[in-house]
Amino acid sequence: MNSSPEIVSILIFCGLVMAMGLVILGLVRFATKFLGTAKPKKGKYDPYECGVPLLGSARERFEVRFYLVAILFVLFDIETVFLLPYAVSYQRLGMAGLGEILVFVAVLGLGLLYLVKRGALEWE
Amino acid sequence: MAPYLWKLLPILLVFGGVLGIVPLLVFLERKICALIQDRLGPNRVGILGPDSPLEILGIKTGEKRFLGGLMQPLADAIKLIAKEDIIPPHVEKYLFEFAPFFALLPPFLAFAVIPVGAPLMIDGKEMPLVVADVGVGFLWILAVASLSAYGVALGGWASNNKYALLGGIRATAQMISYEIGLGMALLAVAMQYQSVEPVQIVKQQVEGGFLGWGVFHQPLAFLLFTICAFAENNRLPFDLPECEAELVGGYHTEYSSMKFGMFFQGEYIAMLTMGGLLATLFLGGWHYPGYAALSASDSGFVQIVAVVLSLVSFGIKTMGFVLFSMWVRWTLPRFRYDQLMNLGWKVIVPVALFNIVLTAMLNIH
Repeated sequence: MNSSPEIVSILIFCGLVMAMGLVILGLVRFATKFLGTAKPKKGKYDPYECGVPLLGSARERFEVRFYLVAILFVLFDIETVFLLPYAVSYQRLGMAGLGEILVFVAVLGLGLLYLVKRGALEWE
Repeated sequence: MAPYLWKLLPILLVFGGVLGIVPLLVFLERKICALIQDRLGPNRVGILGPDSPLEILGIKTGEKRFLGGLMQPLADAIKLIAKEDIIPPHVEKYLFEFAPFFALLPPFLAFAVIPVGAPLMIDGKEMPLVVADVGVGFLWILAVASLSAYGVALGGWASNNKYALLGGIRATAQMISYEIGLGMALLAVAMQYQSVEPVQIVKQQVEGGFLGWGVFHQPLAFLLFTICAFAENNRLPFDLPECEAELVGGYHTEYSSMKFGMFFQGEYIAMLTMGGLLATLFLGGWHYPGYAALSASDSGFVQIVAVVLSLVSFGIKTMGFVLFSMWVRWTLPRFRYDQLMNLGWKVIVPVALFNIVLTAMLNIH
């Protein structure tokens, strides 16, 4: 199969979608600049805090667990990608391939079990 | 280039179709919400109903028409664009400016590999009605789907607002957690059909007839995929990134005018994309009972009817998922954050792994 027209058409599609996004952004800037009348008011451009006076900044420390989730995601996402070649060829690999993939999945499954037992995924 | 010019057809079909349906979805969502909550919903801005152009001309159209507010999305769009676009001084200007762009882009791009209709016969060759029939369909979907976390993460962080930051972080953690489940559900489907190309997968389902639909071969993957699709789209019961009651609006708290609208649009496009994927992988794509008979006909007209019906069939399946998710949204309460994470990591991932192993064991001869 000659794949070049596919690539061209996907590029055209990407171009169309991006152009649409940029046109909307441009329209918004245009409308604000030339159509609207901005009425600056005290407090209008402050960070929104439900009406109470501003307390500290948003650049603060946040839960380390969010980082942990991100790191675990990388691990398991790579696992998914590693399983992809197996998924399309497992019938040719037969029982030997199945045995190997069982070991692979078991290692990661044990890893997940370890994470759960260590409380890495506990949220309160 | 002439032989490839027909490729413009699926490109324009997908682009125009998605753009045209999204405003309709916003209207439908509000109407369905009103229906479930026993209200009327938008019924003022329309071609039917009170105060409408027809009514002013003296044509009675009635009071409580369901389609009364049909022009509401148009009015919303004009209003959103005409509003002041506030860029507060405390934000990271460029990231703030482009975050809505990145929220809108990925779900739209994922549509590029979904076949929306039956293949056309051009010069005796079968041409699938898809923007790009690439060999790495699933990788494209996974790659583009992971990009969608950037829009909300950047939007939340660049806003420099506590609510927005919390919403953005929650959204990112949730989306990447459920993406693993999504990817693994896709893997089981790839194993079932020995292919990662959506066009091939649909073809095999069509050959299998109604019972060849993926949902009958991979029911577990279907369930996992549906749950993960809800979570990926930040829809209830997984709408923790928005959580009106606790986080104001989540990652788009500081956004105004059409830039807020772009986040909104992105959410609806994501629903359509997930619906399209679900239909493609599990519900036979554009297939409908009777397609084989129609397409075997010698008459060119009947063949064109077969293709048009396939587009309708794909649309119905996609809209089916979208309507289902609207129904769920206005029916179920929201999960707690720990429940969300527990479901993602302790249920979805192990079950998806089990499903992969099960598929391998059942299919090896």
